[in-house]
Amino acid sequence: MIHNVPVLIPISLIFFAFFTGILGVMRLRYSQLVAVLASALAFSLAVWGTFHVLNNGELSYSFGNWPQPVGIEFVLDSLSAFMLLVITGTGLILLLFPTKPGFKIEEKRGVPLYAIVLLLMGGLCGIALAGDLFNLYVFLEITSLSTYALVSIGSGKAGMSSFRYLIMASIGGSFYLLGVGFIYFSTGTLNMADVMNLLPELYSSPAVIGGAVFIVTGVCLKMALFPLHTWLPDAHSYAPPVVAAFLAAVQIEASAYIIIRMLLNVFTPEFMARLLPLTDIIGWAAAAGIIIGSVMAIAQTDFKRMLAYSTVGQIAYVGLGIGLANPLGITGALLHIMAHALMKSCLFLIAGGVAHKTGITDINDYRGLGRRMPWTMAAFTVSALAMIGIPPTAGFFSKWYLLLGSLDAGNWAFLAVILASTLLNAVYFFRLIEKVFAPAEPSDASARHPGELSPRLLAPVLVFAVLVLVVGFISVLIVNNLLSPVVQGL
Amino acid sequence: MVIIVAELSFHYSYIMIVVLLVIGLYGMLGKRNLVKKVIGLNIFQTAIFLFFIKGALKDGATVPVIDPETGIEAAAYFNPLPHVMILTAIVVSVAITGVAMALLLNIYRSYDSLEEDVIMQRMGK
Amino acid sequence: MENSVFSYLPLAAVLISAVAVVFIILFGSRPNLREAVTLAAAAGKLAIVFSMLATVLDGKYPAITLFSLSPGVGLALRVDEAGLIFALLASALWLVTSFYSIGYMRGSGEKRQTRFFASFALCLSATIGIAFSANLLTFYLFYEILTVATYPLVTHKGTPEALKAGRKYLVYLITGGVILLAGIAYTYQVAGTLDFKPGGVMPDTVGISQLAVLFSLFLIGFGFKSAVMPLHSWLPSAMVAPTPVSALLHAVAVVKAGVFGLVRAVGFVLGPETLAQFGLAGIMSVVAGFTVVAASLLAFRQDNLKARLAYSTIGHLSYIVLGLSLFSAAGWTGALMHIFNHGVMKITLFFCAGAIYVTAHLQNISQLDGIGRRMPWTMGAFTVAALGLAGVPPVAGFISKWHLVAGTLQHQQFVFAVVLLLSGLFNAGYFFPIVYRAFFKQPAESLHSGEARRLMLVPILVAAGLSLLLGIYPDFLVHLYNLAESAARQVIGGIG
Repeated sequence: MIHNVPVLIPISLIFFAFFTGILGVMRLRYSQLVAVLASALAFSLAVWGTFHVLNNGELSYSFGNWPQPVGIEFVLDSLSAFMLLVITGTGLILLLFPTKPGFKIEEKRGVPLYAIVLLLMGGLCGIALAGDLFNLYVFLEITSLSTYALVSIGSGKAGMSSFRYLIMASIGGSFYLLGVGFIYFSTGTLNMADVMNLLPELYSSPAVIGGAVFIVTGVCLKMALFPLHTWLPDAHSYAPPVVAAFLAAVQIEASAYIIIRMLLNVFTPEFMARLLPLTDIIGWAAAAGIIIGSVMAIAQTDFKRMLAYSTVGQIAYVGLGIGLANPLGITGALLHIMAHALMKSCLFLIAGGVAHKTGITDINDYRGLGRRMPWTMAAFTVSALAMIGIPPTAGFFSKWYLLLGSLDAGNWAFLAVILASTLLNAVYFFRLIEKVFAPAEPSDASARHPGELSPRLLAPVLVFAVLVLVVGFISVLIVNNLLSPVVQGL
Repeated sequence: MVIIVAELSFHYSYIMIVVLLVIGLYGMLGKRNLVKKVIGLNIFQTAIFLFFIKGALKDGATVPVIDPETGIEAAAYFNPLPHVMILTAIVVSVAITGVAMALLLNIYRSYDSLEEDVIMQRMGK
Repeated sequence: MENSVFSYLPLAAVLISAVAVVFIILFGSRPNLREAVTLAAAAGKLAIVFSMLATVLDGKYPAITLFSLSPGVGLALRVDEAGLIFALLASALWLVTSFYSIGYMRGSGEKRQTRFFASFALCLSATIGIAFSANLLTFYLFYEILTVATYPLVTHKGTPEALKAGRKYLVYLITGGVILLAGIAYTYQVAGTLDFKPGGVMPDTVGISQLAVLFSLFLIGFGFKSAVMPLHSWLPSAMVAPTPVSALLHAVAVVKAGVFGLVRAVGFVLGPETLAQFGLAGIMSVVAGFTVVAASLLAFRQDNLKARLAYSTIGHLSYIVLGLSLFSAAGWTGALMHIFNHGVMKITLFFCAGAIYVTAHLQNISQLDGIGRRMPWTMGAFTVAALGLAGVPPVAGFISKWHLVAGTLQHQQFVFAVVLLLSGLFNAGYFFPIVYRAFFKQPAESLHSGEARRLMLVPILVAAGLSLLLGIYPDFLVHLYNLAESAARQVIGGIG
């Protein structure tokens, strides 16, 4: 049974996707229930798989029992297990958020909404597990396709931003496919482990170099790494809150995961960091992205749009860790994937909940909300402090590893960027905290609907806020057990 | 000169693929009409498919169905794997086009136009 | 001393007020119960901290490591002499301040008192955490919690002025925090450890450039919080906070956390010996000496009583920094004692300022004519503390200053001896006009009589009495001299 776990995780999600799809046409409420159960199942499988990986080493599943490198392989190693926990865990909590405020869809309407969400999660799990380059492409496109549909659910402008996102992400996907073609025709194999074995002899081959460049560029486009981030702010701010949370928390992080996977298990750090300046380019682009994302976030007045620009900056933290290409840097990057998933989900759900309850979207209208929604705003404060990187929240510890990694690489510029970004983050989050807790008269909109969010809205928010703290306290456990085997090869 | 021509004619399919890629990219990024962007996307992806198919071809080989007369020598057959991959990729591409068309329908209903400039103008209101 | 019942004492000392936060919020609608929680936690905290005194004087250090924060770096607490001085100061004065703030907050009818008392208790947890941290990362964790938890107190009034002060406060302290974080990360890179060890943890191989970078990062990082000029301007602005906050946090906990950070960085991470070897102490002495003089001069120009006290605080914090930079046993003893003594004396002054504000609604020195006749006890206490800060025996300030001056003479740094003596004159210069006005000028006609509320007056007298006691008998109860001297001896070691 345990050997089937790698394949069961995405299968369970995709299987239930069909089921909820049919159910969704009749009643959205039931399909949410099924979706929650499906993702709970996937999450438990992921936990089980993780413990197995921790105790007995990695798991591999070959489709149709075809041996490697001919057959298609799913690999569950520490890195995949970590990603699966983030994807299924975050997804599970996000799915608990009620449909109407979460997706801006009436619960009675018959749409296969949750089928698409499960498809998205299944695709993400597939990305985390895929052991060969082409399957990775297929899963990447599955996730992208589901997000195009999900983004377009949002407000009037969502359709257009979804279309733009589709064009940009498809270019990214196509670049990736082109790169895979180069690699395949140079090595004759698609299996990642096999490619890694064959590559050292081909390091100087222009086709392999071209392939690596295309793959990394394509994935960076999907990851919205500066300066390829232009599609992100629109798509993330016009999407419904839960979708925005999915996009920011797990979807672009999955692209970051792909680059880390390429760096560690396909192209080797030797090739990507030392023979080619690929990681350097990623690192410097990310450094610029951190600053520009934060500065742009300061300029926003719409809460969700501010969060979207903040995502540009935060995903660049991950990029910066990749750019360092040393154990501490990658550890920081991966830890930040988890931390960002939790805190950004929390913030997007708060944005959605507040907008649903009071109609407030502008940050100037948040004034005085602290007294009306003490729990929500307490959760907001915790996540905001985590975004700034105040200990003992999860956001501090990822930053800590990135700082150590920058020093390890002797890169004081990156260190300065991380610290400067802390200040910029503090500017735009404390601006909001000040408004929320200032005793000023609440705005008209919030005065009309006083009171705390309903328990169903509040519960996921609080769970995320608590997790932000818990992950901060157990970060060393995660690093020592799950992440240190990952970065061993560096 | 002769050599260059020979080289070019040998690689002409790759040159055509690059030309198609550039046309597709231009269509996606340069054109202001949304349908033309989708067409550009299709051209771009088709170019990549052709690249895979071209890579699978061999001189003097035949379709990858084992023929007793040709034997089981791998060199005698085209590489079937890229074809299979491209079949999947085509499915993906068709799905993307389908979603794109659905989005376009939605956009057209909202803004009564498929010209980016016009839509931007109407969005601004 | 791991794994004995003693090792849980530092943890209990940190947590008791954090637990109190929960109850303070729970009992938010019942003020008497809520204040009882604050008082109980304050008394409990003082008792716990005090109970460790004998152990530490015995040369045993209660220590506990909870879990790892980063590979090889635990969330670890360890009580040593220096930390105990700071913890005793904070917890003793918290108890006094709790009584005072109840009187103050009720007397001035402040709103949002639950938030006030909850934040206050959280600040104290962080402060004790800072005092007992066993390594830099644990220290940083509490240090940042203190920064954030103080913010609601600074902006308590919610007026545009308070919000502006809060913004300034955050900009300064978070900037200081990130510079400090760079220093901590670089320390880890250079030394491979973040633990505090008397005499420092720098390896022998450390070069001048690495050390200079580390030293400047720490000096600037902690400089923000300890209000060393030119990084001081948040402190006078933050005086917009209610007086108990100014008293405990901006004279004792927050700014002293910065100074205490310098104690840890110089004495327990970088090491005076290493720093002296490379001649890096001079910068610190010069900056501190400059601040001592400049802050005193600026204090003359303040008409707002709390602002004058704020500038006086800036000057006195630099006494401590100066004492640390002398790298002599006497200088360190004086600096560590001055952490305590200045806290006790300055809190007396702030209490008096708050009592005057609540009772007579006066904030400016020019309005204080004759206030001493109306509030003789308050102004009497004010006079005692002011004498102490000017360094007049037999008040506590004299003792620490004596050691500081002795420290400057130990290494023939006469300039700084002059700076200290001159500053004593300045202190007298800016405090005595207040005393003179209060007792010898004719009151304005509108001044009706009345002493401060008893809930405020008693803490004032306790604090003033404590300053006198510590001046006459420095080893009274808390064994301040023994603690300071023992810490200084360990840190300075051979080079003293």
